[in-house]
Amino acid sequence: MEDNSQQQDTSTVKPPVTSVGAIGWVRTNLFNGPFNSLLTLGVLYLLWISVPPFVRWAFVDSVWMTDYMACRNIDGACWSVIPANLRFIIFGFYPHDLQWRPLLAMIILVVMLFYSQDRKRWKKSLLYLWGVALVIMGLLMKGGVPGLTPVESSQWGGLPLTLLLSVFGLASAYPVGIILALGRQSKMPVIKSLCVVYIELIRGVPLISLLFMSSVVFPLFLPEGVTVNAILRAQVAIIMFTAAYIAEVVRGGLQGMNKGQYEAADALGLNYFQTMRLIILPQALKIVIPPSVSILISAFKDTSLVVIIALYDLLKTTQSTLSDPKWMGFSAEAYIFVALIYFVCCFFMSNYSRRLEQELNTDL
Amino acid sequence: MKLFKICLTLILTFIFISSATVMAGTLDDVKAKGYIQAGVNGDLFGFGKPDEKGEWKGLDVDTARAVAAAVFGDASKVKFTPLTAKTRFTALQSGEIDVLTRNCTQTLSRDTALGLDFCQVNYYDGQGFLIHKKLGVKSAKELDGASVCVLPGTTTEQNVADFFRANGMKMNPVVIENTAELAKAFFAGRCDCLTSDASQLAGTRAVAPNPGDYIILPEVISKEPLAPAVRHGDNQWKDIVNYSVLAMINAEELGITSKNVDEKLKSTDPKVKRFLGVSPGNGKALGLDEKFAYNIVKQLGNYGEVFERNVGTDTPLMIERGLNALWTNGGLLYSAPFK
Amino acid sequence: MDNVSSEKTSFFRDPDKLALFYQFVVMVGVGLLAFYLVSNTLANLERQSIATGLGFIDKEASFEIGESLIPYSAADSYGKALLVGVLNTLIVSFIGIVLTVILGTILGVARLSSNWLVSRLSAVYIEVFQDIPVLLQLFFWYAFFYEMLPSPRQALNPFTGLFLCNRGMIFGVPKWHSAHGYMIVAFLVACVIVFFLKRWAKKRQEATGNIFPVFRVALLLFLGLPLAAWLLGGAPTEMNAPRLSGFNFKGGVSVSPEFAALLLGLVLYTAAFVAEVVRAGIQAVSKGQTEAALSIGLKPGQVLNLVILPQSLRVIIPPLTSQMLNLTKNSSLAVAIGYPDFVSVAGTTINQTGQAIEGVAMIMIVYLFFSLSTSAFMNWYNKKIKLVER
Repeated sequence: MEDNSQQQDTSTVKPPVTSVGAIGWVRTNLFNGPFNSLLTLGVLYLLWISVPPFVRWAFVDSVWMTDYMACRNIDGACWSVIPANLRFIIFGFYPHDLQWRPLLAMIILVVMLFYSQDRKRWKKSLLYLWGVALVIMGLLMKGGVPGLTPVESSQWGGLPLTLLLSVFGLASAYPVGIILALGRQSKMPVIKSLCVVYIELIRGVPLISLLFMSSVVFPLFLPEGVTVNAILRAQVAIIMFTAAYIAEVVRGGLQGMNKGQYEAADALGLNYFQTMRLIILPQALKIVIPPSVSILISAFKDTSLVVIIALYDLLKTTQSTLSDPKWMGFSAEAYIFVALIYFVCCFFMSNYSRRLEQELNTDL
Repeated sequence: MKLFKICLTLILTFIFISSATVMAGTLDDVKAKGYIQAGVNGDLFGFGKPDEKGEWKGLDVDTARAVAAAVFGDASKVKFTPLTAKTRFTALQSGEIDVLTRNCTQTLSRDTALGLDFCQVNYYDGQGFLIHKKLGVKSAKELDGASVCVLPGTTTEQNVADFFRANGMKMNPVVIENTAELAKAFFAGRCDCLTSDASQLAGTRAVAPNPGDYIILPEVISKEPLAPAVRHGDNQWKDIVNYSVLAMINAEELGITSKNVDEKLKSTDPKVKRFLGVSPGNGKALGLDEKFAYNIVKQLGNYGEVFERNVGTDTPLMIERGLNALWTNGGLLYSAPFK
Repeated sequence: MDNVSSEKTSFFRDPDKLALFYQFVVMVGVGLLAFYLVSNTLANLERQSIATGLGFIDKEASFEIGESLIPYSAADSYGKALLVGVLNTLIVSFIGIVLTVILGTILGVARLSSNWLVSRLSAVYIEVFQDIPVLLQLFFWYAFFYEMLPSPRQALNPFTGLFLCNRGMIFGVPKWHSAHGYMIVAFLVACVIVFFLKRWAKKRQEATGNIFPVFRVALLLFLGLPLAAWLLGGAPTEMNAPRLSGFNFKGGVSVSPEFAALLLGLVLYTAAFVAEVVRAGIQAVSKGQTEAALSIGLKPGQVLNLVILPQSLRVIIPPLTSQMLNLTKNSSLAVAIGYPDFVSVAGTTINQTGQAIEGVAMIMIVYLFFSLSTSAFMNWYNKKIKLVER
């Protein structure tokens, strides 16, 4: 063996063992220098004391499909809290035997999202497809057509409500945000100042104050006897909130436009609306797609605040389950489950926005 | 800016299309829409909380169902809106809900300043303290310097502060909006004691990891008559809610239960006959079906049945009737005669 | 306009008139909407005889607040209770911002580290903490604090003067002594000296090229002067140590679990975003800059201080500002875990007085004030560092 390898060494010169292969990788990436070596050891130690106990708690000592009695005397996680209450956590008050409908609606949404990922499919037809999909999802949720029993929107809850509030919120906030951004760029002082005041006002206050507004103050704004459904009120608050942030993102896109574009449009004799619709917005909106996705992500996370005004979104249904005497005390398990749902959704979206950013970058 | 206007109009129309108008009296309005919208707690086991299937359960929930049974003859024609302590009165004032059955304490200032009227009390409560045995505390007067978990509510915070001040003691409150979160914090030892209405204390103790370790201190520091509320000024609707609650109490007084109510229809007792609508008059006077009381008892049972089903000794709450027993049994329940 | 055509320009063709017209229409529209809402509100308040106005501010609050920077009792007014809330919000936001910037910078630098393990872990951290709603994180941390730590009677006592239990972290502080006053004065003096020293050193370097070791001298001054003052003041060592009495610890300074959970949740969440901001800022400085700086003989520390940081700060400051504002606004979620911040106190006030409009308006105005003043300060700072740039 010795001989053989030495013979090989003379024919093809290999790099030193210590810079290639597993050892070499470890050396260059983990132990290049005393500081890094110390850092690596410290981090490894931290992992060593934190990961094994967690694994033991979550997987080894845990129970998965039992009833609540079996959870009383174990050291590990009681994941049973999730399967036992899954349908309520996910669907809230939606009638039990009709829950295939929101499920189907969510599947359609996910399929549509996956389908629209590919930028080659971004055409007018996709927009129409989305319109059709949204109508179908709405019909599935609400019912009221032959064959589907109507379900009040006050009975919507859980994950569909979270998705509805965020996706529909962003979809409706977008046009409002664009109008606000254009208004802020406008030369008309009244409109400009109105838009500036609105945007700064909304961006200066926490969402929770707007939600309080929608739940305790807004009803007083309406004439006697007129009421608006609580979900819709929260939805309007989320739209108002998101629109201000979108306006700022779109403004960034508008400011990124070359001045020549405006001048060229003027030279062609286009009026303001034509300039915006045909020249400026299509280009500006393309620039702002990645930041818009991050707004969608934060809108998705922010919908969890409706817990505070007692709407039964995903987080609230989970808490409601946890206030049941049978399942009280297993909050870590339930919260981890919900965190996982949020994480998967947001991770998917943020990865996508990053990829998109790269693709669009190379285009320019 | 045409776009702007169009959007504004669209948004406004959108809002108004999806809004319902309640201009007429509540009864007509409720009959027109075919159901009652009731405001409930949502987090309070035994009073108002959905179960695993999303079905609403609880004493307050059943009170609202009783009103539906009285109005429609069908206890299921009611929809529930979960409300927080903050949103509950606004929801009633604005007409979003028709009746508020959310363990609300009747007080003078609420009755007068908030534009609402309280009806017949459906649960007599009082604020007390729950504490771990090992602290060796025998009386609330020994709680000087304690950390106190305060269940969210409006009078609760004030009562406990008043109690500590009146006795020259210091306290350290921990106030959390969410009932479940607070109970968990208490069991983990975040606070020395938990204060709330006695009914909730019993419920909280029942779900403790080791219920025997906790005791409820003898002091009751407040009176908490929990009553359904309606909007101020609609007397007919107030009467209906009032007599729906009283019907359950009266049924218990008369010994009528959901099981024997059909037999009792044949009773010759004039009180029973009037109550069940066999001799007509009561229903018409309220603007309801003559059989409204029959419907309530048939579908939900009398007060005793409702109590035992939701909060009684066979439930995890294990609450004794106590103040909520009939006056004949040493309690406070005393129905106005149905005549 | 005359030279275009002699005929009168139609009203709808004249951009100036049209602009006026549009503005007029919008103004009337907004005015009508406002009138509609206000008149409805007034009618509703009147009809339901709901009290209005800020009269409640002077009334007795009659509820206790768990923690307060200023002395407060239930006998004080609503106004004072609200002030306690504002101060609580401010303190948690301020400490939160400082810690977030520190942790975020560490994470951002770690993300770019050549150490594979460190950069991977940092990436995982950023991804996980960004993608979970902050409210959920707060619930989680709060549960963590009170479930993991023992009760006061079995409090952990890692070293003298510090106790950890589910009532919070209690630590001893030195008992007040006049020497401590001298120490503060000495520290302030050190600050002034260092300020002038820095200016002098800079001038000298520009004139002669000699570098004065400002950092080391400053450190010496900052530590040495207060120490000297302490010794001269008689070197008091008496501590105000916490001890268990009754239900809880007396004496010392305590940090409640609510405060700790809120702070931890906000810092861990926001730091993930700040890390991304810092990473982007550092990456925005091209690699050639570092190489050039190294090639003219600057040490790595100097490269970071003199070349990279001044440039990347320009990129970092604006998004960092908005993250700071986010942290301040998110501190309003305290209401969910029982920390008596402004929203929580205002919420109790709304509950007790029934005056929702005034309460919500106050919440909005206070946060608006925080936001506007923070962004004003950061804009000023941003301009300042921009001027330094050439």
